[in-house]
Amino acid sequence: MTTEILDLNVNELLLIPALPLIAALISGLFGWFLKEKLSHLICILGVVASAILSVHVFCQVVYFDMSFYGNFWTWIVSDTLNVPIGMMIDKLTVTMMVTVTVVSSCVHIYTVGYMHGDKGYSRFFAYISAFTFSMLVLVMGNSFFTLFFGWEAVGLFSYLLIGFWFTKESANVAAMKAFIVNRVGDFGFAIGILAVWYYFGSVDYATVFLAVKGFVAQDIHMYFANMEVSVITFICLALFVGAMGKSAQVPLHVWLPDSMEGPTPISALIHAATMVTAGVFMVARLSPLFEFSEVALATVVVVGAITAWMCATIGLVQNDIKRVIAYSTCSQLGYMFVACGVSAYSAGIFHLMTHAYFKALLFLAAGSVIHAMMHEQDIRKMGQLRKYMPITYFTCLIGAVALAGIPPFAGFWSKDLIIEAVQVRDMGWVTSFAEFALITGVFMTAFYTFRMFYLTFHNSDRVDPQVKKQLHESPASISLPLIILAIGATFAGLWGYYSLGMAGTGAEAFFGDAIFVTDAHNPLITLEAHAASHHWYHFLLTLPFWCAVGGIALATFMYLKKTKYPAKIAAMFPWLHQFLLDKWRWDELYQIIFVQPARCIGQFLWQKADLGIIDKGIIHKGVVDHILAGAAKMRAMQTGLLSHYAFAMVIGVFSLLTYLILKA
Amino acid sequence: MDLHNVLNFPILSLSIFLPAVAALLIWAMLDDDKHVKWATLITTVVTFLITTVLWCRFNTTTHHMQFEENYSWIESFNINYHLGVDGISMPFILLTSLLCIICIISAFRCITKNVKGYMIAFLLLETTLIGVFSALDSMLFYFFWEAMLIPMYIIIGIWGGKNRVYATIKFFLYTLVGSVLMLLALLAMHYKTGSFEILDFMAYAFNFEWQIWIWLAFFAAFAVKVPMWPVHTWLPDAHTEAPTAGSVILAGVLLKMGAYGFLRFSLPITPDASQYFVPLMVGLSLVAIVYISLVAMMQRDMKRLVAYSSIAHMGFVTLGTFMFTQIALEGALINMISHGFVAAALFLCVGVMYDRMHSRDIGDYGGVANRMPVFAAVMLLFAMANVALPGASSFIGEIMVLIGTFQADPQYLGMSTKWVAIIATISIVLSACYTLWMYKRVIMGKIGNDRVDQMQDLDKREFWMFVPLIALVLWMGFYPLPILDILHTSVAHLLEQATSTKLDTAALAAHSSMAH
Repeated sequence: MTTEILDLNVNELLLIPALPLIAALISGLFGWFLKEKLSHLICILGVVASAILSVHVFCQVVYFDMSFYGNFWTWIVSDTLNVPIGMMIDKLTVTMMVTVTVVSSCVHIYTVGYMHGDKGYSRFFAYISAFTFSMLVLVMGNSFFTLFFGWEAVGLFSYLLIGFWFTKESANVAAMKAFIVNRVGDFGFAIGILAVWYYFGSVDYATVFLAVKGFVAQDIHMYFANMEVSVITFICLALFVGAMGKSAQVPLHVWLPDSMEGPTPISALIHAATMVTAGVFMVARLSPLFEFSEVALATVVVVGAITAWMCATIGLVQNDIKRVIAYSTCSQLGYMFVACGVSAYSAGIFHLMTHAYFKALLFLAAGSVIHAMMHEQDIRKMGQLRKYMPITYFTCLIGAVALAGIPPFAGFWSKDLIIEAVQVRDMGWVTSFAEFALITGVFMTAFYTFRMFYLTFHNSDRVDPQVKKQLHESPASISLPLIILAIGATFAGLWGYYSLGMAGTGAEAFFGDAIFVTDAHNPLITLEAHAASHHWYHFLLTLPFWCAVGGIALATFMYLKKTKYPAKIAAMFPWLHQFLLDKWRWDELYQIIFVQPARCIGQFLWQKADLGIIDKGIIHKGVVDHILAGAAKMRAMQTGLLSHYAFAMVIGVFSLLTYLILKA
Repeated sequence: MDLHNVLNFPILSLSIFLPAVAALLIWAMLDDDKHVKWATLITTVVTFLITTVLWCRFNTTTHHMQFEENYSWIESFNINYHLGVDGISMPFILLTSLLCIICIISAFRCITKNVKGYMIAFLLLETTLIGVFSALDSMLFYFFWEAMLIPMYIIIGIWGGKNRVYATIKFFLYTLVGSVLMLLALLAMHYKTGSFEILDFMAYAFNFEWQIWIWLAFFAAFAVKVPMWPVHTWLPDAHTEAPTAGSVILAGVLLKMGAYGFLRFSLPITPDASQYFVPLMVGLSLVAIVYISLVAMMQRDMKRLVAYSSIAHMGFVTLGTFMFTQIALEGALINMISHGFVAAALFLCVGVMYDRMHSRDIGDYGGVANRMPVFAAVMLLFAMANVALPGASSFIGEIMVLIGTFQADPQYLGMSTKWVAIIATISIVLSACYTLWMYKRVIMGKIGNDRVDQMQDLDKREFWMFVPLIALVLWMGFYPLPILDILHTSVAHLLEQATSTKLDTAALAAHSSMAH
């Protein structure tokens, strides 16, 4: 229980997660008593204060090189197991803290307008504030247990918020699905924790990270399913299963699109900017482990690349405005994982940060549209909305170009960095495949983003006349966060790239020793060397840029000029179109291979094994019936006739005598 | 007398017999239902307060029995009235006395016929339960163990549901058959040792053959109580037919008696047999965790679902018990206590709904949250505790069992225990499946039918009945250290007993008797 205080103020650090928690408790427990205004005021104050403190800590850490590592609390002690709860504050943590609290603040303000008049108004605020607390615990913690605690807590609030409108059947199913699929990931995570504790004898980052190198030097292996596996690989793969669940990577991605059943503010906060990026954060945080397992890194790249590509293809044809963005989120998370897999962790976190701003912006803009359209989400029933909602239109445009990757907007810098890192790093077919997936992904991203954008704001006017009557720009509480995030989506990339130096390497680079990369792996070193010779117009020479431009051009052509083409093309490949519309039929597959068998087995074990064999077969037929039958026979023996008893006695005496004689 | 017991007061006897004496007085003196209820409630509260002395004055630095009382009972057979607690039994006495208060509160309104009889039965039940956990003489233990069946039998048989007769007989016969074998084992050990003291049994070096037979006899008694697959089928029936408070005490305390038996008898008295049977216990525990979870998922009756979920969670307890590591053993104990809160609370939740709808069928519900928002929040908390979310007491127990299993010595199982831990971890997924699916079908959604529409939210009595359980689940989830502190020394001692063989000394003893 040593609490070392290095520079940073402990109370300030504790306040950062505590404020949202207190706010959540107040508005959650006393929401019935507080007025709407008071309850949102408390939560907004809590989170905004937490954001300001985070920015303060960020400045201290980034510009004055402060840090913190210490424990506050002992959670579990037993034998050699000691689980402290503490914080580890370094550059990686503060980047996450600022991202989380800033986006959360925007979403809190946005919610005032969006959820106005909802029956569960203060409950909603309590949930999102409590979510912010959980997310902060997740990123600020200093051990695998705090990570897991935050991990499960964000999962809980994600579940509660997806199912927020609990009278909606689809929302309830989606909430349950999200929780259960995440739990499949947690299964891996938990095993990872068990293994970490077993092999390192500790669960806090500092001790484990310190022990890894010695561990690698000894090259300790274990046997898993009769295969010899390096322990580090086993741990990393198990933990990565957890990351796949939380960050919606194939094949555990199925819950994220369905989570769009929840209110839009939380889609922005939880299912775009923060919670789903927890997996990426985990891999970056645990870079000292992942760096020593080539197999795990390659797995991360492959899974990320498959997700990036596959979800982009699905995004091409979706008609629900939120689902398009949701698949885009899956896909962009794939980019981040690829970055981590090729050891360009800082590029991954950089993209995480820029993505948080522009994707939250896109979601909130979509929410603004949905709000104005009286909860219509189908882009086929929109069009020409730019006339009615100019602020939403412009901010959404900024979000769209940032996502598509057009300089100087945020997405370009980080995405470009990832793709260059993949090109530089050589991991055989793995990186070749990833390069292909990511570059074609850029094209598709640009296309589906602008398809959605044009169908919503341009194209022909297909809005229902009833709805059109009251179409209007959203109130200030909605447009203000849009503007703030639009600023972030515009400048976060430039700021991160040039001012903070997130693309840099080594100790003097932004993340410093918060991220560990073995020199042999580091693709950013090569990039840095290249970058010195680059001019500012270097991007004109890169393939991804032209892919993005091409995607936008194609979307412009198909949805602004020749608006009949999309239907024609879909009719040319009906099978493919349907396949993509059905999201590659993952849900159907899981129904067949998991859900139905589990139910059948459960039913079988209950009806046949429990009730049939154990109860009826063994207990009733085998024991009870025999006892009853035996009792009946015994009853029959008591006939009351003296002759029967005498006969039995004679036989008995005779047998006894025989026995005694034979024995003698 | 234990020096640490400064009051030098027979606290254990008092907490055992106060409910019984009160029951007698209530029977003799009170007739008005209201008076009976309040008198019972006061008795349970006072009993609880008395038991808190055990907690406050407990010495965590010794594994020796504390608060001992020892008097000769039946001299000719050397049977003593010997009471005492250590870190393993003490928490269960508190658990019992606490749950009894909650049970009585829960019964305040829903028991309408023969209130007096019900309350008396419950007080007698409390007496026997506290007796089981504090007895140090095996005959005294056996007396309480068997005596417990009678009030429980009456509670289910008279105040139970439609099928109560079938359920009670099944419950009675199952547990009786097991207990009879345990009695045989106790007599056999008396034959060897000349004593009925549990501590003497622990000290005596039984040879391997004896240990095997004794272990099997105990196994029959304890496995039925836990219950372990395949002798578990009495539990869902008993639960579904029992009145709410009956289910609460059944899940909260009665099931723990089986697991407690393993800890008090099997491990220290027959360590070599316990080690020998590790594969069996591990196998049955994993069956409980995986098989029973799948069965739980398919249940249409809420009580039956929670009952199956109890069996699955008890799988963690038996698994942790037979891993022979400190962490797993402590995890098993934490799990037992935690399950006492969580399962009890879930049965109370079902009871609250049953009082309003008179149905346990999931299909009869839907959208309860619309009419009972506070209740929905309370049940959510316990549902999440049931899936062992961190922050709930169950997480501490389960993760400790898993960690302890992962690190366990493979020599007993004959293969790597890592696989066992990994299979047990599947519970993370399965418990979420059955718990959340039920929660979704019952609580969420549109208002299912007119009767749900009529439901009223928790009243004050019901709300305050949940508050202590909520507090305890969270307290143990965030700050389990006080309870772990109580466990450490006793568990370490138990582990030492369980891992050191008795066979060397047994062989030595046999040899020396031969020499004579």
